[in-house]
Amino acid sequence: MSTALLQATTHEKKPSITKKKLLPYWLLAPGIIWLVIFFLVPIYQLISTSTQTQGYGIGTYVQTYRFSNFIDAITSSKAQLIRSFEYAFLATAFALIISYPLAYAVAFKSGRWKNTLLVLIVAPFFCSFLLRTVAWEQILGEQGLVIKFLRFAHIMGAQGHLTATPFAVVAGLTYNFLPFMTLPLYASLERIDIRMMEASGDLYANALTTFRKVTIPLSMPGVVAGTLLTFIPAAGDYINAELLGNPGTKMIGNVIEARYLEIVDYPGAAALSLILMVTILILVMAYVKRAGTEELV
Amino acid sequence: MAIEFSRRDLIKAVGGLSAASLLGLSGEGIANAASSQQTVRFANWSLYLDYDNKTKRYPTLVDFTKKTGIPVKYMEVVDDNDTFTAKVTPQLRLKKDIGYDIVVLTEWMASRWITGGYVTKFDDAKVPNRKNVLPFLLNRPLDPGRHYSLPWAGVIAGFAWNNKHNPKGIHTMEQLFAPANKGKVEVLSEMRDTIGLILMWQGVDITKPFSQDKFMNAIDYMQKMIHDGFIRQVKGQSYQEDLISGDATAVIGWSGDINQLNAQNSNQFGFAIPDSGGTFSTDNMMIPAHSPNKINAEAVINYYYDPVVAARVANYINYVCPVAGAQQAMAKINPAQVKNKLIFPDAAMWKKLHVFRELSQSEQISFATAFQKASGNA
Repeated sequence: MSTALLQATTHEKKPSITKKKLLPYWLLAPGIIWLVIFFLVPIYQLISTSTQTQGYGIGTYVQTYRFSNFIDAITSSKAQLIRSFEYAFLATAFALIISYPLAYAVAFKSGRWKNTLLVLIVAPFFCSFLLRTVAWEQILGEQGLVIKFLRFAHIMGAQGHLTATPFAVVAGLTYNFLPFMTLPLYASLERIDIRMMEASGDLYANALTTFRKVTIPLSMPGVVAGTLLTFIPAAGDYINAELLGNPGTKMIGNVIEARYLEIVDYPGAAALSLILMVTILILVMAYVKRAGTEELV
Repeated sequence: MAIEFSRRDLIKAVGGLSAASLLGLSGEGIANAASSQQTVRFANWSLYLDYDNKTKRYPTLVDFTKKTGIPVKYMEVVDDNDTFTAKVTPQLRLKKDIGYDIVVLTEWMASRWITGGYVTKFDDAKVPNRKNVLPFLLNRPLDPGRHYSLPWAGVIAGFAWNNKHNPKGIHTMEQLFAPANKGKVEVLSEMRDTIGLILMWQGVDITKPFSQDKFMNAIDYMQKMIHDGFIRQVKGQSYQEDLISGDATAVIGWSGDINQLNAQNSNQFGFAIPDSGGTFSTDNMMIPAHSPNKINAEAVINYYYDPVVAARVANYINYVCPVAGAQQAMAKINPAQVKNKLIFPDAAMWKKLHVFRELSQSEQISFATAFQKASGNA
C-alpha cells in the first residue's frame, strides 16, 4: 500500500516538475513578447524594406532583394553620414569637457547644495527637447544677446551670424545631451571612497597625480557610460541640424527623414537606418572592448 | 464626474489610443475615437481659418455649429503635404478611418490622393453652394468636374522681404540674391514654388512640358546659391519667425502669410509677385475614404462656399478667395480688403500667375530627389 501511495505521489509530482521548469519562461513571457513585438518585428520589417524597390504607385514597394540599395544609400549620402559621426564626436568631447568638472564639483565640493545642483542638471528635461532647441534658435539669433555682444565687441561683423552654422548644430547637440553625460559621471565619481584620495596623498602624490592616477581611473565607468549615452543619440539626431543648421550641415537623420517623408523612398530610408545602426554598433563595440564594461553603471 | 463606459467603448478607446500613439497624433484624436462619430474632424494648415484671439475660437465655425447643431473639431495638423500624407497613408491603405473627416491639401498632393482612391466622392446635392466656386477653379486637371475636391483657398508664391534691408522691394531673382541679403535668404521647401519661380526666371514656361535638363538647371541655380552662402535655409511656413526675428531678410514665401505678418508687425514687410511670374496653386478640401461623418463633413464644406462666410475667412487669412460673390460681401466686412489683389486678383494679376504642370510619377520621384539633394537632405 505504501508503494502504491508512493507511486501515486510521484505520478502527481511529474506534471508539477514540468510546470516548474516552464515557470521561468512564463515569468519571462511579458518581456519576450514585448521584445518580439516591439524589437524583432520592426527590425525584420526594416531589413525587409531595405531591399525592396519602387512598385506601382508612389509609396508602394515590392520585394526584389536589391542589395545595391545599400551601396546607393552610402554613395548618395556619404557626406551626411560622415558629418553625423563628426558632429556626434565633437558634441561628446565637449560634453565630457564640460561635464567632468561639473560632476566633480557636485560630487565632492557642493556640500549642502548637492541636491539643488542635481535638480538643476535634470531640470531641462521638464521642458520638451524640441522647445529647448527652438529656444536656442532665438538665443543665438539676430535678436539674441550673444550676437549683440559679439557685434559690440567687434568680434563679428554685421553680416555674420551664429544660427544656420555648424557651430550652432554642435552647440545644440552638446547642450541637449549634456545631462546624459553628467549624471553617469556624477554617479561614478560620487561612489569613489574619499579615503583612496587621502591614501594617495599620504603616499606623497600631489593633487594632480592623485587626480590622474586615482580619480580618473575610478571614474572610468562613468566616462564610458556617459560617452555612449551622448554619442549614440547625437549621431542619429536630426532636430538640431534641422533647426540650427543650414543645407550644408544636414546629418544622416535629416536624410532618413527626407527619404521617408518627402521623397517617399522607404527602401532608401530603411537601408540608411540599418547602415546607421550597424555603424554605431561597430563603433560602440570597439570602444567598449577597449574601455571595458565590467563596472558600467 | 462619473463616466460610464461600455465594454465596446473601452475597446474602441484603447484601440484608438494605440493607433493614435503609433501615428503620433494629439490627444484630441483619442477622445474622438471613444465619443460618437457626429463631430466633424477638420484637419487644416495653421493660420488658415478666422480666429478670435480673445475667445480662442474660430468665429465662422462657432456660427456653423450654432446654425446646424453639428460640432466641429478643428485641428491645425497639416504643416507639410508630404509629411501629413506619409503619416496617414498606412491607415488609408488599410481602408480605415484616419481620424479626419476633412483634409486640406495642395493641388498636386490632392491629385495623388484622388488617383490613389483615398477620397470619397461628394454628393453634389449636399453641397449646393458649389455653384459659387469661381468657374476656372471648378475645372482643374487634378479633378475635372470637381467630384472629389473643392478649393479652400488659392496660394501665391513670390518674393517677400524686410523693408529695412530692401527699401526698394524685390521684384527679380537678382534682387533676392543681392549682396545685402547674403546668408539671410530663405526659400520654400515646397519644390513647385521655389523651383517654379527659378524656372520662370530662367525663361521656362512651367505650365507646359519641359525637359529634365531645364529642371536640373533650376536645381543647379538653387544649389549654387546655397553653396555660395546666399541661402540660409530651405524651410516651410516657419520662415515667418525668421523674418520677424531678422534672421532672414528676404524669402520666397506665400502671399497671405506676409499680409498676416504685417498686420502684427507694423508693416515691416513687403510681398511682390516676381516680374518673371509667380506660382499659383490651390489648397483643396477633401473627405477621406471611410470617413464615418461624410454627410456632416459635406455640410461644413457647403457652408464655406457661402459668399459672406468665405469673405470673413478671406479677410482673416488673406489668401486668394475661391468664392464668387465674396468680393461684394467683403464690402460689408472690411471695405479696405475689397481692392486687395492678393485676395481678389484682377485680370492683370492673373496674367502673372502660373500653375506648375502635372508631373508623371517617375518625374515626381526624380525631381523630388534632386530637390532634396540640393537642400542637403540626400
